[in-house]
Amino acid sequence: MLANLGYFSLVLTFVAALYGAGAAAYGALKRKPVFVESARHAMLLTWPLVTLAAVSIIALLVGRHYEVKYVASVTSDAMPTYLKVTALWGGQAGSLVFWSWLMSAFATAAGLRRWDRDRELLPWVIVVTMVTLAFFISLVVFFENPFQRLWQTLDGVQVSALFQPKGTIPLVPTDGQGLNPLLRHPGMVIHPPMLYLGFVSFVIPYAFGIAALAAGRSDDRWIRITRRWTLVAWLFLSLGLILGGRWAYDVLGWGGYWGWDPVEIAAFMPWLTGTAFLHSVMIQEKRGMLKHWNMLLIILTYSLVIFGTFLTRSGVLSSVHAFAQSAIGPMFFGFIGLTFVVSVSLLINRWGELRGENHLDSIFARESLFLLNNLLFMGILIVCFWGVLFPLISELFTGQKVTVGPPFYERATGPLWIGLMLLMGVAPLSAYGASSGRSLGRNLWKLMALSLVVPVALYSFSGVTLIGALIGYWLIGFVIIVTLVEFWRGALARHRRHAESFPLALWRLAVRNRRRYGGYIIHLGVVLMAIGIIGIEMFQTETQGTLARGESLSLGQYTLTYESLTQFDTADGRNVARAVVQVYRNGKYMGSLYPRRDFYYASQQPMTIPGVRSTLEDDFYVLLVGWEPIAQQGTTFKIYHNPGVNFVWMGGLIFIAATLLAAWPTREYESLRQSTAVRPAIARV
Amino acid sequence: MHSPSKWFAIVGAALIGLTLMASAPSQPPPPSDDEVNAIAHQMYCPVCENVPLDVCPTEACAQWRATIREKLAEGWSESQIKDYFVEQYGARVLASPPARGLNWLVYILPPATFLAGAYILFRAFRSWGRPAEPQTPAESDSKVDPYVARLEEELRRRS
Repeated sequence: MLANLGYFSLVLTFVAALYGAGAAAYGALKRKPVFVESARHAMLLTWPLVTLAAVSIIALLVGRHYEVKYVASVTSDAMPTYLKVTALWGGQAGSLVFWSWLMSAFATAAGLRRWDRDRELLPWVIVVTMVTLAFFISLVVFFENPFQRLWQTLDGVQVSALFQPKGTIPLVPTDGQGLNPLLRHPGMVIHPPMLYLGFVSFVIPYAFGIAALAAGRSDDRWIRITRRWTLVAWLFLSLGLILGGRWAYDVLGWGGYWGWDPVEIAAFMPWLTGTAFLHSVMIQEKRGMLKHWNMLLIILTYSLVIFGTFLTRSGVLSSVHAFAQSAIGPMFFGFIGLTFVVSVSLLINRWGELRGENHLDSIFARESLFLLNNLLFMGILIVCFWGVLFPLISELFTGQKVTVGPPFYERATGPLWIGLMLLMGVAPLSAYGASSGRSLGRNLWKLMALSLVVPVALYSFSGVTLIGALIGYWLIGFVIIVTLVEFWRGALARHRRHAESFPLALWRLAVRNRRRYGGYIIHLGVVLMAIGIIGIEMFQTETQGTLARGESLSLGQYTLTYESLTQFDTADGRNVARAVVQVYRNGKYMGSLYPRRDFYYASQQPMTIPGVRSTLEDDFYVLLVGWEPIAQQGTTFKIYHNPGVNFVWMGGLIFIAATLLAAWPTREYESLRQSTAVRPAIARV
Repeated sequence: MHSPSKWFAIVGAALIGLTLMASAPSQPPPPSDDEVNAIAHQMYCPVCENVPLDVCPTEACAQWRATIREKLAEGWSESQIKDYFVEQYGARVLASPPARGLNWLVYILPPATFLAGAYILFRAFRSWGRPAEPQTPAESDSKVDPYVARLEEELRRRS
């Protein structure tokens, strides 16, 4: 009953979305507002309908309805209730419904905004969001139905269908298979929804961009409307990526947080274009330039969002053939191609109307440096895109699959990251419009020279000799100094002009120019993360050894002594091998760690959970690699020393907090922005 | 009195003992876990996707590491061991594709595209850097003038 209700609501959503898209397009083309309004109502209807479907799935999951195939595949009696709820996005069909639910929620939010000023954009926003929603809903309605039940033929063959096929009897398993063990982690409760939120909310700026193209609006209205949306989308995507890294560090047990895995890259690619977009839209807002480029960037971001979902949902990463066999793979492929071609055709059609309002005055102007920033982000994107795609191409043309792993990405993107760091320091010192190399140089050289203190100190006092690390830390120092100087200059100006105390001036500066100063704090977060990234990339050390009880293994200043190992079964279907080791640093006892290996009987999957001693300076990370079950005389440990890795998490927190600051709405800021936006427009006319 | 044959036996045994002691250190020590992992870190097994061999917890990967250890003990070099696995399981066991045949594309295309992008940007800089051509009054008065449109837009927003 519940399954039928859920499926029926999905079918209704599909019809409503298709009707909404059709009626909106018809209303816009024939200039019949009544159809647009009707389409808006259809759009508003989709959210309650998908909510009903999502709630039905959750009720089935929590209610142990193992007769439903999806429920039996992702839950089991042993799982706690909160994991049963999150199993909504733990499997293919459920995650597609979750995607659709977010899409309908954002479309509804867009539909409920005040449209008085931008009436001409409304129908096209409806068309884009409803076509996207209809596509995702069609996947679950026709191919990956989460409400299918299990049946058994008289010959004992198991089949799945929504309604009872002829000659079958209902099949109700006594227990489910349970969620993939890797996903049974509190981090997994938050990580996928964050990524999905990021993915789906990027559809909204794309919808407005396409609406501007379709309606023939050449101004930057679409950017201004969606500015906060875009920042929030970016915030969620960033948060998803950082949480994913933390989850990998805690659960995957390979001593790192980022493995250049295609699934990670799938989420990283829209982040790259999104970041480039966030920078380049500022040029359009301030100078009326780069209109084509911004459109292209948002189209790319949307396509990469769908492409990312396609990569992780179609099975294409395991094999090209798995993709061909899965029903939804070709659907995705067709949808990405179609939307990309239609979007770019629209852009080409409007090319002439989107000419820039200004010219580039100098190669040293801020807009030029932003363009360079965009070039570097695109460079990283190409490396990622090609790295993910190449194994598939190789398999397709030569029949041989290849691995494109971390060494490729690290070598190819390393110089580009260095370039971006340099720009992060240089760009804040440049000015919009006419800006000479000499004036930029005058601003630059002292701060660059000052920041040389960092590598010199590292070389002299810490004995760091790796040239790559020294350059990296120099740039980090440079960005930090430039950013602090920017804050100091701004606050000093306020302090003098408004006779405010310096701390108050600093506070008001940041609060009243949230995007600018929030952006600078984001840069600080990024360079803090860079400290940790350089630490782990260049100074990580590791060793492995097999120890008898009481024996020790040393790495740098650390020594590990093996104490004991216990092995036991748990109620949730795991066999746990848990070691107790004591950690010493320079001979001083620092505490015990408990690295363990969980083996999930149902999925026959092992999972390595590290024991970690974490300080700001470094992490001592211990993995239990293997053991002799009876004598316990030969237990193998792998240990890592990860210097500075906690700067990654700290920088990540600052990054997220600063993005929140930049995206936080403020009335004062709005009025200020509007008045300043009008002035230059008048001046130019 | 000791017989000469007894002396020979003692001296002979001592000589053999010394020879054995001298030859014992020349036996290579068994490969350490770190030596095995240094090679395994650069490899992937075909089953456990995207998990480097040195940290993969599965039984199959433990066997692969044991094979690396055996080969090292037999005196094989790193490249010989890698070649052996490539021969057995294909090039996908390597962390990055060997630079031959179609694989060259993976290394050439990104820098080539980046350079093309840089060139386009450089051209754009040059063309945008030129002073704007003076516009005729008729053009600037036209309805599609972006400045007028922008002003109207801003005024409408304020109203």
